[in-house]
Amino acid sequence: MTSSKLYNAIFAAGIALILACLMIGVKLDTDSSVLAVKGATAEQWIWIAVGISVVFLSQLFSAQVDALFGAIPKPNFKAVLPQEKKMAVLKPWLISAVIVGMLIWPFMVSRGTVDLATLTLIYIMLGLGLNIVVGLAGLLDLGFVAFYAVGAYTYALLSQYFGMSFWACLPISAGLAALFGFLLGFPVLRLRGDYLAIVTLGFGEIIRILLNNWTSLTGGPNGISGIDKPTLFGLEFNRRAKEEGAMTFHEYFDMDYSSSYKVIFLYLIAVLLVICVIYLINRLMRMPIGRAWEALREDEIACRSLGLNRTAIKLSAFTLGASTAGFAGCFFAARQGFISPESFIFIESAIILAIVVLGGMGSQMGIIFAAIIMTILPELAREFSEYRMLLFGLLMVVMMRWRPEGLVPIKRPNLELKQQ
Amino acid sequence: MSQLLLDVNGLTMRFGGLVAVNGVNLKVKNRQIVSVIGPNGAGKTTVFNCLSGFYIPTEGSVMLKNQQIAGLKDYQISRKGLVRTFQHVRLFQKMTVIENMLVAQHRHLNTNLFSGLLKTPNYRRLEKDAMEHAAHWLKEVRLLDYANREAGNLSYGQQRRLEIARCMVTQPELLMLDEPAAGLNPNETKELDELIISLRDEHEISILLIEHDMSLVMGISDHIYVIAQGTPLADGNAEQIKGNPDVIKAYLGEE
Ligand SMILES: Nc1ncnc2c1ncn2[C@@H]1O[C@H](COP(=O)(O)OP(=O)(O)OP(=O)(O)O)[C@@H](O)[C@H]1O
Ligand SMILES: [Mg+2]
Repeated sequence: MTSSKLYNAIFAAGIALILACLMIGVKLDTDSSVLAVKGATAEQWIWIAVGISVVFLSQLFSAQVDALFGAIPKPNFKAVLPQEKKMAVLKPWLISAVIVGMLIWPFMVSRGTVDLATLTLIYIMLGLGLNIVVGLAGLLDLGFVAFYAVGAYTYALLSQYFGMSFWACLPISAGLAALFGFLLGFPVLRLRGDYLAIVTLGFGEIIRILLNNWTSLTGGPNGISGIDKPTLFGLEFNRRAKEEGAMTFHEYFDMDYSSSYKVIFLYLIAVLLVICVIYLINRLMRMPIGRAWEALREDEIACRSLGLNRTAIKLSAFTLGASTAGFAGCFFAARQGFISPESFIFIESAIILAIVVLGGMGSQMGIIFAAIIMTILPELAREFSEYRMLLFGLLMVVMMRWRPEGLVPIKRPNLELKQQ
Repeated sequence: MSQLLLDVNGLTMRFGGLVAVNGVNLKVKNRQIVSVIGPNGAGKTTVFNCLSGFYIPTEGSVMLKNQQIAGLKDYQISRKGLVRTFQHVRLFQKMTVIENMLVAQHRHLNTNLFSGLLKTPNYRRLEKDAMEHAAHWLKEVRLLDYANREAGNLSYGQQRRLEIARCMVTQPELLMLDEPAAGLNPNETKELDELIISLRDEHEISILLIEHDMSLVMGISDHIYVIAQGTPLADGNAEQIKGNPDVIKAYLGEE
């Protein structure tokens, strides 16, 4: 064992000690109307000591810890899946089975579960959108939530001021978000990596702060409430029709009113949107534009030397990624019925980025899995809600050590060549 | 009668105070192999960067088929039929060999989003043509069996060949190769030699070559330019260059 390891371990333990002392060791508390500084209890000190020794030991024996991570078996998808040829035959059946399952499933579970699934589907959409920008085109975007916000506010405002319907606003939201993506694309064309990340981060904040302060239009921090829910060919899912003469869903089909219809209907719309998005992006990835995005990520200089216009390629990635977020945002506003700038803070961007990275940059399958994990885990660990961010961080560290290429690394398409 | 394809006059490139290229003249005719040689740091790669639009030359004119191209954007120049390889191989490493070949044909494909989503007949036809074209060139460089491998996993010699094939599918008139033989073994170098000659004789394009391997250069070049410290030193055919005392001094002086 080298001395540098020991030094490292002592350093890490020292940092941990300082942080723990500040965050857990001392507490401000009101002591009969006077503020008092209180030390931690003996039990807490023991926990701190345990934590620090864990940090110390794991740093000291980092090689062994790494080996341990290496020893955890990695899921081998190739072994689980049938062979390539069989797969090609099975694939359409598998996909139909999954779709049918997703359509039937909500009728058998509780309202809360369906609602959670809807949220997951929103994150899948966001992840797929960001995947175009980060995973495929290799442009690190930390302000993706801005386009989500644009989509959500577009629908909220159009519905509030002009009474426009969800279905009419869906393409408008996507279009407007795409326009914002295009506008952001221009100033950052020459930027890459860290610089790009900083500018997009700033852009995300600008949009949020704008929404927060433009009180006359957006209602500022109070947000917009009472946003209409989507309708089914004009049929509402409320107990009573909002508009004079309009029919509600349960009246039309002569059923008893149940609030779960609405939840299930929203879920079904989300499924529909996600399927559309997956299909479209999957096609794009196999098209010249998708290949150009990946080529740009791999080697920008080689792209230029082959006659590819990097401006057009970058802008198209930003635009199409943003429009997906706009789509998701519009649906989000409709589902929530209430939006405020609070929903579009930086942490959301970080979570979406985490989904893309966890899933395995570029791979759609991975992103779907990662989105499911990232939305379901916090729900399962409700009791630990205070530690949500801690768990989140832990998950990222473990994943990056265990499987740095992501859950399901991208699979290259196999193109058949005719032998001449 | 062979015509003038590329005509470079007084090309100069300054980086701040450093004059990397100083008044270089080059002429390349149709179906010619022209080499640029010179000691390390002579400014050969910088000349390529100026011609291909990666740098905008400080002075001088670059005429391709009697058209001024100095100052055009890099991608515009490559669309005019002047394509290059790099001293250090630049492939799309994580993409397959065939995908590399398809990206190079980007502008020959139907890039309209809706045609692609709807798979219009025109889109399918262009995509199919591109695949055939790619297959043809992969066969020329003996990489057809590797079509679905990741480019980054190929051997070094294969990567070099793929880079040339990838340039060829863009249908260039002038191919510029920056030290294509660097790092190749004698067998691979011989094969490269034959490939370059076949590009000229069978595919009727011109080649501008930077190379340190003197036996390769002397064997295949129709004309050779020597530059040292950015300045033109001599030009002529292989015999003239071999016997030029200035050239010998420049090379030996370097040692
Ligand atoms: N972007 C740049 N900025 C500043 N100086 C540069 C730049 N590019 C090249 N140079 C300088 O120009 C000179 C010529 O470099 P160049 O790469 O063209 O040489 P070369 O002839 O290709 O050499 P080699 O045979 O080693 O490849 C070098 O002194 C180099 O440092
Ligand atoms: Mg060089």
